[in-house]
Amino acid sequence: MEANLNIILAIIIGIITLVFGGIAIYHKKLSVAIISAGAVSLMASILFLLLAAPDVAMTEAAIGSGLSVIIFFYALSKIRKQND
Amino acid sequence: MIKKLFLFAILTGFGFILWSVLSDYKSADGLNPISSYYAGEGLEEIGSANIVTAVVVTYRGLDTLGEVSILFLTASILGFFLVSGKGPKIQGRDTSEILKTASRLLEPIIIIFGIYVFVNGHLSPGGGFQGGAILASALILSYLANPEEGLNKSILRITESISGLAFIVIGILGIVYAGGFLDNRIIPVGSIGDLISAGVIPIIYIFVGMKVGAELSSIVTNLKHLPKTDAE
Repeated sequence: MEANLNIILAIIIGIITLVFGGIAIYHKKLSVAIISAGAVSLMASILFLLLAAPDVAMTEAAIGSGLSVIIFFYALSKIRKQND
Repeated sequence: MIKKLFLFAILTGFGFILWSVLSDYKSADGLNPISSYYAGEGLEEIGSANIVTAVVVTYRGLDTLGEVSILFLTASILGFFLVSGKGPKIQGRDTSEILKTASRLLEPIIIIFGIYVFVNGHLSPGGGFQGGAILASALILSYLANPEEGLNKSILRITESISGLAFIVIGILGIVYAGGFLDNRIIPVGSIGDLISAGVIPIIYIFVGMKVGAELSSIVTNLKHLPKTDAE
């Protein structure tokens, strides 16, 4: 029973990940796209935790949804300053 | 039209390759010999309560060294291309009081948590990479709160070099005093589950954490100190 619940939860998280990925690709505003790319990483880290890989989940949460989002935002702000 | 045909041909090729992989696939009904060796003997041999750490730092320590080198390469290439200029001071708007106060409260906690993650890498999930990333995120928080301040880049560079060197020196000591490169049994393994156990794994993880933290921090610092462009 518990295994079934885990599978259902994993499928739900997968669908949410796909939605965020679609937003990241197709949204017109770049800042929204960056945030939803970070959300994809967050969902992936929850999925890793469900699949009993806490080490990988910590890396994904810290680097994928924390650092890379910040680095993208730095780059975006530099590009904006150049374009103004 | 030709473009679409070309795309279709590429997709068909990919599909063919993936199909041949998929048709060969048989799900394993047990661990393969090397995994079962790690899972069975690793606990006694390495003395690390977290088997993942035993594999990452000792059995596959060379891979970790390679990952750290790749990160080092990335950080140095970024530092090479994003040369920091002494541009005019950025006159951004002042950051909010809430952010400043919260960062003063949270920064020490985040730093202590990062240190906890890599010191306890052999007991609980986590390790050098994760702890280093958490340390770097504390630095980012301080940059967000006080954009004027900046960490001295030479401190980061020295920390990174010393810890990278120490990692390799410990690895070579393993060849001399124990079974091979990055063997952890230079000092006694100790009892499983203690903070000071698993040989040199905690020491290696402290150096890896410092190195990764310094590298990620230097990437962010380089991005922050980019010179102003002509457009302004």
